[in-house]
Amino acid sequence: MSFTPGQHTLPDLPYPYDALEPFISRQIMELHHKKHHQTYVNALNSAEQAYAKALTPKERIALQAALKFNGGGHINHSLFWKNLAPASSEKKGNGGALKEGPLKKAIVEAFGSLDNLKKEFNTTTAGIQGSGWGWLGVNPSTKRLEITTTSNQDPLLTHHPIIGVDIWEHAFYLQYLNVKVDYLNAIWSVINFDEAEKRFAEATSGSTKL
Amino acid sequence: MLSIARSALRPSIAAAARRFVVPASSLHTLPELPYAYNALEPHISGQIMELHHTKHHQTYVNGLNAAEESYAKALSPKEQIKLQSALKFNGGGHINHSLFWRNLAPTSSGGGHLPPNSSLAKAIQEDFGGLDALKKKMNATTAAIQGSGWGWLGYNSDTKKLEIVTTANQDPLLTHTPIIGIDIWEHAFYLQYKNVKVDYLNEIWSVINFEEANARYEEAIKA
Repeated sequence: MSFTPGQHTLPDLPYPYDALEPFISRQIMELHHKKHHQTYVNALNSAEQAYAKALTPKERIALQAALKFNGGGHINHSLFWKNLAPASSEKKGNGGALKEGPLKKAIVEAFGSLDNLKKEFNTTTAGIQGSGWGWLGVNPSTKRLEITTTSNQDPLLTHHPIIGVDIWEHAFYLQYLNVKVDYLNAIWSVINFDEAEKRFAEATSGSTKL
Repeated sequence: MLSIARSALRPSIAAAARRFVVPASSLHTLPELPYAYNALEPHISGQIMELHHTKHHQTYVNGLNAAEESYAKALSPKEQIKLQSALKFNGGGHINHSLFWRNLAPTSSGGGHLPPNSSLAKAIQEDFGGLDALKKKMNATTAAIQGSGWGWLGYNSDTKKLEIVTTANQDPLLTHTPIIGIDIWEHAFYLQYKNVKVDYLNEIWSVINFEEANARYEEAIKA
């Protein structure tokens, strides 16, 4: 028996709207959470309710786009809020601080250094042609860290998500205007590496499927 | 004076298409706006118009020139195919925005006014039941794009009808002749309208250049 459709809710942010300043503005966080993510939640619930009432494969297939877009939007943003944290450089939290441990080891192994990961990640994410997400993920076959992208609100299905960065213009435009490279440089100060460490442990333990 | 400048800036569709067939050694350039950055206020802010033109469109022009330069040097089909996405994205961005600036106009020079006896007005009445119905349908279709893209009123030369279509990201409109295009990438409206894109879509009709649209339509039905 699957989950009850149409019951999704907007998760609370684990920090106040202004907590990620000066790297991501309070105005962006508030609109992003209360408007954009809420809209995905509402539309996902409607799509699921419609899907539950659908009587034919054709009707169900016709609803796939709405389920993928809004379901993906809900999944992606829920992961996003949790992989951000107030900046340790501002003495506000643990954001941006990568501790010694298996994740750091894997980053050095796959990319040479954290700085190099940031460089490659930012280049790849900035190269997305349209809206989408940049991801650091664990390849389930090789168990190695890899950088990958998804377009629009497609959820990451090929890898275990470790860190996701939203590169839709609503994620940065009010603060960074067209200069998305500045946003991509800034966001690393508020990446929650402790959460990333937890996800990495799960992804490499073999106990969770994709 | 303004109307002379306007008609001088309004090339035929075929001429516009020919402008993009350039030898590898030629460079694409950012076309000038036919009006000041703040001329579309209050419907589209001067801040948006300036960023949109001098930053976003310029970046597509630069990206297109670089991609075409690489393409000219490509030594195999495989290398050429690898360059397709850069050509499509930046080429499409240049095409789409070039069309966009021209299908906008200040209200003081006819923006938002559909000349009632124009061929376009008659076609809109026939194919949609009127301008209000067209706006409603086009806004709903454009708002529903899942990601970045463009809403288009296009002429279908097979059915001989005006139709509403969309393209994703910077894909150019290939299946129809573009009559009116609306940019629904967030950079086109977010600074002014934030997440409320329906407000942008309602407001933009006040600055749609229906004279330009009519010229494109008359050209399209001739071809």
